[in-house]
Amino acid sequence: MDRIPILKMGEFLLVTIQVDMHDQLALQLQEDLTQRISDESAAGVLIDISSLDVVDSFIGRMIANISAMAQVLDAQTVVTGMRPAVAITLVELGMSLEGVHTALNVERGMTLLRQKVAAPGG
Amino acid sequence: MVERSGYSGVFRTPGFGAVAATITQVDGLPVRRSEDIVRMRQVVRERAIGLGFGLVDQTKIITAASELARNALVYGGGGDVEIAQLAAGMRKGLRLTFVDQGPGIDDIQQALKDGFTSGSGLGLGLGGARRLASEFALESQPGSGTRATIIRWR
Amino acid sequence: MPSAASPRIADLIAKNSKSLLDEWLAHQRKSTATRSDLIGDSELAEQSKRFLAAFETGVESGTLDDTTGDEWADARDLLSEISRSRATQGFSPTETASFVFSLKQPIFDLLRREFASVPQQIADETWRMSRLLDQLGLLTTQAFQQTREDIIMRQQQELLELSTPVVRLWDRVLALPLVGTLDSARTQVVMESLLERIVETGSEVAIIDITGVPTVDTLVAQHLLKTVAATRLMGADCIISGIRPQIAQTIVHLGVDLGAVITKATLADAFAIALKMTGATVTSRSSAG
Repeated sequence: MDRIPILKMGEFLLVTIQVDMHDQLALQLQEDLTQRISDESAAGVLIDISSLDVVDSFIGRMIANISAMAQVLDAQTVVTGMRPAVAITLVELGMSLEGVHTALNVERGMTLLRQKVAAPGG
Repeated sequence: MVERSGYSGVFRTPGFGAVAATITQVDGLPVRRSEDIVRMRQVVRERAIGLGFGLVDQTKIITAASELARNALVYGGGGDVEIAQLAAGMRKGLRLTFVDQGPGIDDIQQALKDGFTSGSGLGLGLGGARRLASEFALESQPGSGTRATIIRWR
Repeated sequence: MPSAASPRIADLIAKNSKSLLDEWLAHQRKSTATRSDLIGDSELAEQSKRFLAAFETGVESGTLDDTTGDEWADARDLLSEISRSRATQGFSPTETASFVFSLKQPIFDLLRREFASVPQQIADETWRMSRLLDQLGLLTTQAFQQTREDIIMRQQQELLELSTPVVRLWDRVLALPLVGTLDSARTQVVMESLLERIVETGSEVAIIDITGVPTVDTLVAQHLLKTVAATRLMGADCIISGIRPQIAQTIVHLGVDLGAVITKATLADAFAIALKMTGATVTSRSSAG
């Protein structure tokens, strides 16, 4: 089965989701990421979803779960590149993605990650 | 367009089915495996684009479809979806009907409430799908399955 | 239903196709319905030539009562194409259909010459040709209608987009000054275009100024809140400015919870906050002498 690749960038992990994932693929990503955060003692995870034109409640929950699990492992999560249509739809769905930090693009996301890692409460 | 329902539990948004429309094309797809949901999203996108839906409308109908398809798969034990293209004069619409022969929904009003409920977890999907659609209908009979219909007008 | 006479008609038309085309073009040029102000002569000649060829193909098949089959597919496609382009060029439906109807006269003239000695034949064949061309002419109205609808929808969308100006106040700061009474549909379009602009400009703060909005109802208030929520999800932030006391009262009465939404009385105040949020600082130049 295909897996979503996870790249290591210093103390951070970078994931770019470019395909319309079926459920097993999403669950596999959740599992793989959690494992890698632990293995590498990663300080943060950046998930770029700029290629996704649909994010339903399942994927939304996956993102929230990844963020929560990363938190437990003392890592910060930033989600970048959410498209306007996706944001509007998630709001209608009632998904607030509490606790998930977001940024407009990968560059801003990395800046935010570094900020969060330096001052987790800030 | 509103037929008599054989289901015991019924919910319809006000004015559901009131717009007199003709069906210009129909596609039928299975919803039996999670790959089917991915395929269905693709087909719904193609139909929506063909009808001239804007980007936000496309996203809304595909997402709503994804929610209902997952319900049919996960809670309904698998089912089918009918994708119908509608034309009412200048207005164009897409109607998706999900049918499963699963256990059915005991309490429709409860199922429509938002909020993640452990166990059934139906809450988030149905309420969201309703808000994303122009028209929404849910029919279910415990023991005889569920039929969920959404219509999105361009 | 193919009859013994049909092949003769097909032969007739094929044998006389050049003169038919010339006569048909002459007829069209004389008629005002041809709209020589909208379509050039060479384009008209090209369209006529192509249609006559497709028409010949259809007639050769012998199926003259029914234009829905494969033998008439070329003719149908061509008429669709011509109707679409004429709708875009500004022709009326009647003018477009007259392209086909004007072919009747040259064909009737041809039949009259060929069947001069058999008047009954003239009547029969004229009737069949007339019905055939009627069917084909009506096809143009369908395609015409569809094109008109598409154009109208597109224009409506463009109008809506034009009337929603998003202003770039500063690096990474956008402002959306709303003016007039907002209705639900317009508010939605406005909000969507604001979100698009945020992504396009990489802005971190969007100020929605409602100083120029006299009243706000529940729906509009909800759209505003949803926009703020969507902005946050994307990784930017929203400030609502220009909330006058009356609107503040309405919002409270409606039970709308602004919650964590930042609000400021004036656009200027909002701008000052936005600058801070984007990490910009404002210093004044020391006066020289």
